[in-house]
Amino acid sequence: MSLTTESSTNFWLTRPFSERSTQIFLGVLLAALALVTLLHVAVPPGNPLHVGAYTVNLFGKYLSYALLAVAVDLVWGYLGILSLGHGAFFAIGGYAMGMYLMRQIGDRGTYGHPVLPDFMVFLNWDSLPWFWHGFDMAWFAFAMVLLAPGLLALVFGFLAFRSRVTGVYLSIITQALTFALMLAFFRNEMGFGGNNGLTDFREIVGFDLRSDATRLGLFLATGVALALGYILCRAIVTSKLGRVSVATRDAEARTRFLGYRVERFQLFVFVVSAMLAGLAGALYVPQVGIINPSEFSPIFSIEIVLWVALGGRATLYGAVIGAILVNYAKTIFTGVMPDAWLFALGAMFVLVTVFLPKGVAGLFRYLKRRKREDQTTDPDHQHTSKEASA
Amino acid sequence: MSLLQSLSQRDRVFDFMAPQASPVDVRHGPILYMEDVTVSFDGFKAINNLNLTINDGELRCIIGPNGAGKTTMMDIITGKTRPNSGSVWFGSRHNLLHMNEPDIASLGIGRKFQKPTVFEALSVFENLELAMAADKRIFPTLTARMTGEIKDRIDEVLETIGLKALRHQPAGILSHGQKQWLEIGMLLMQRPRLLLVDEPVAGMTEQEMERTAELLTGLAGKQSVVVVEHDMGFVRSIARQVTVLHQGSVLAEGTMDQVSNDPKVIEVYLGADDEEAA
Repeated sequence: MSLTTESSTNFWLTRPFSERSTQIFLGVLLAALALVTLLHVAVPPGNPLHVGAYTVNLFGKYLSYALLAVAVDLVWGYLGILSLGHGAFFAIGGYAMGMYLMRQIGDRGTYGHPVLPDFMVFLNWDSLPWFWHGFDMAWFAFAMVLLAPGLLALVFGFLAFRSRVTGVYLSIITQALTFALMLAFFRNEMGFGGNNGLTDFREIVGFDLRSDATRLGLFLATGVALALGYILCRAIVTSKLGRVSVATRDAEARTRFLGYRVERFQLFVFVVSAMLAGLAGALYVPQVGIINPSEFSPIFSIEIVLWVALGGRATLYGAVIGAILVNYAKTIFTGVMPDAWLFALGAMFVLVTVFLPKGVAGLFRYLKRRKREDQTTDPDHQHTSKEASA
Repeated sequence: MSLLQSLSQRDRVFDFMAPQASPVDVRHGPILYMEDVTVSFDGFKAINNLNLTINDGELRCIIGPNGAGKTTMMDIITGKTRPNSGSVWFGSRHNLLHMNEPDIASLGIGRKFQKPTVFEALSVFENLELAMAADKRIFPTLTARMTGEIKDRIDEVLETIGLKALRHQPAGILSHGQKQWLEIGMLLMQRPRLLLVDEPVAGMTEQEMERTAELLTGLAGKQSVVVVEHDMGFVRSIARQVTVLHQGSVLAEGTMDQVSNDPKVIEVYLGADDEEAA
């Protein structure tokens, strides 16, 4: 880590590209995207190697979860803020996208109203609530995907960090935040479709959501978003700001004493993380075809933390691995033995905590370190580590 | 100091126009000036009419029995505790009672806590990097670059504190003494004008103590250093000027010999300590 501190490129955003772990991550991700695309497009259906539209869609969903996990790992792993409410930012990003998709339906809804979405006609509303305006324009809706969760995180974080609320208290209020939002979004009067949420989407920027090509496009877009989000997070954690975050995580008062305004750093990282979570939600919604208040449920937010813990905290790539592994297992289990899923999740968590306390990523690091110790070719390195252990 | 107040003082350069490198005005000698400071916690006067002056470049040791107000005094200087009355000036321009902790830190007052708190997950090098005097706002920190100049500065401090060989090691593996030196190194990175060092040799071995004494005496002259310490042997080995605190105010001040022959001091502190030692 310190080697990159001293010898990496100077521009903060391109710094991750000189890191081996990021190179490997991007290589694997791009190869996976290319492979799935190839197997979907070039291999004819019926061939056992063919990847169907359903699977592409499923992978797209995993990738959006992976981006969400990266966002959580940024605040939990590097800043020490255990957010049990990141589902809220994910859901708000999802709702922003959902509102855009609802407006895209136009007069093709069941009731055929040119402007009002079906649920509003059903509720006998005669005009669009003010906050629905603008969502017919893609640029506005896509901006809201980032801005709405960002704004919520800004206000919430400002109040929390200014009052120096940290640790378990912060975890509890993030949980309360998402729970409160869930209850609010369940209400029909909120204007977000209540219990049923937003669904029955038709098309996104002119592409039919039911076509295989659009699904593949969404899958690829999610993959690219994951890559960009990962690079951004890596750039943040390898910058001096990232080291200030780690310092804050480990000794907040000490960091403040060095002259850093800790609450502003916390707020910055928290807002970036919330925006990434919102982006993940926005990519998730068109792929699953629905957004409803259950995404706000506290259980979901806790599950995200489990993915990160299983994959390995404070590595970012561990979060991606964790999100994909757990959700893949979930798909399998809920298909084969639906009742056993929660037990399986619990068992996975217990096993990883006992045998891999640093998650799957911790296993990689351990193997890498062993390999390095086996071939200590660098005499200088050997010298320092010997002295250190003395 | 509030902007309005500083603008109305026509006899000196405006604060915001003064060169950033040396914002502290020590032309009159003292770098720290505490007058009639009183702090009470629920009626208990932790600091009672304390008067203390530290000259620029001085190495001052402060001793006193437990509860004499040593730590509270440091808390006041660094802005952690606000006194009920009195005034505290840094140089002759900065009223510390009008400033918050980060501002005081960036003004050039560095404090080393009793218990070493280094960032264990970060390397020795990175610990020093974070401590360095720099623009500590968010975006400058995000885009900060590692320049040769910064590296040289960190190397220089690594040399001073004797941790050069351990630069890439995580600070968590350092021994207690090494952590104390790293802390002092982190203070030096801030290019402080005034160093407040709280019990630097607690828990150190004999050799580590000697090394620390060398380090601190080497710093005096370039910086003003205030050391709070219980270990009499250590104080004797570094002190030029000693201040004895007792019940929140100054009991005696002078060289180690003067102070240790003062009957009042012997009564409250040194006598008891010598008996303990014997």
